[in-house]
Amino acid sequence: MEERPIYIKAEEESNPEYGKPPEERSIEELLRYGVINLDKPPGPTSHEVVAWIKRALGVRKAGHGGTLEPL
Amino acid sequence: MALNKATKILPALLESPKEYICLMRLHGDVEDSRLLEVVREFIGPIYQRPPLRSSVKRRLRIRRIYYIEVLEKDGKDVLLRIGCERGTYIRKLCVDIGEVLGVGAHMQELRRTKVGPFKEDESLVTLHDLVDAYKLWREEGVEKCIREVVQPVEKAVEHLPKMVIRDSAVDAICHGAYLAVPGILRLEGGIKSGDTVAILTQKGELVAIARALMRSEEILMAEKGLAAKPLRVIMEPGTYPPLWKSKGLGKVN
Repeated sequence: MEERPIYIKAEEESNPEYGKPPEERSIEELLRYGVINLDKPPGPTSHEVVAWIKRALGVRKAGHGGTLEPL
Repeated sequence: MALNKATKILPALLESPKEYICLMRLHGDVEDSRLLEVVREFIGPIYQRPPLRSSVKRRLRIRRIYYIEVLEKDGKDVLLRIGCERGTYIRKLCVDIGEVLGVGAHMQELRRTKVGPFKEDESLVTLHDLVDAYKLWREEGVEKCIREVVQPVEKAVEHLPKMVIRDSAVDAICHGAYLAVPGILRLEGGIKSGDTVAILTQKGELVAIARALMRSEEILMAEKGLAAKPLRVIMEPGTYPPLWKSKGLGKVN
């Protein structure tokens, strides 16, 4: 990935009373706004793996970001 | 894989560049130098017609090949690392390389090694790692492992150019409003109108994925105008206060 310059248009302090840096999220929040770089086992389809993880982690929604074209 | 709110970034991941490692089998003998020369010709825009068995309309389309490296050559077997635009058919690419070489070739094996910001080597977790880490947190309150396997959604937009906005602009975007120029504090260069960008708070939280409506340089010079249109809002409304509603009270951006 190429490096892109950063342009500063204005400066402002962020109010610490709301929001928080991503690394300070609680585990519950992390699971709400989380991604997993998963090594999908061969065998089950991506769809099956997603369904399985939803059950195992008790999350309501989950999805995958694509698979290889069938060979 | 994306969980809950993070599933909204998946369309942006689908359109991101991909990297593959591919084993190509040549149908005849080819000099190393000739192979390298021909492979190099395929870097840049190429024409491809999707194969018979494909999920898209079979019309000629242009795909960009960012790089091809010949990692190894053992007789007729050639190991390639290919960086390309989404929707590039590697099987087709192998056949086309074989055709230009004059001996023919086909794809023997394929593995995707990168999707946008996600690589195969680092941060890849197995189902076992994931379930163990989850249980360790659930049953014993250990947070370390689950934090290692589940990454913040911001990781999934690392490859996108970014715009950092004022606290006061955040909630309006969460409600789907266009991002106006005065709401922007910082942005990355090289953004063109139509590009997919990530809108972040100053604390680094992903607010939305958006379509840029102006170039970086235009945004930098402008004092007003609409800079981006949200495509997917990730942050929940109410995370930041709705300053934009306070008509006439305080500064409204």
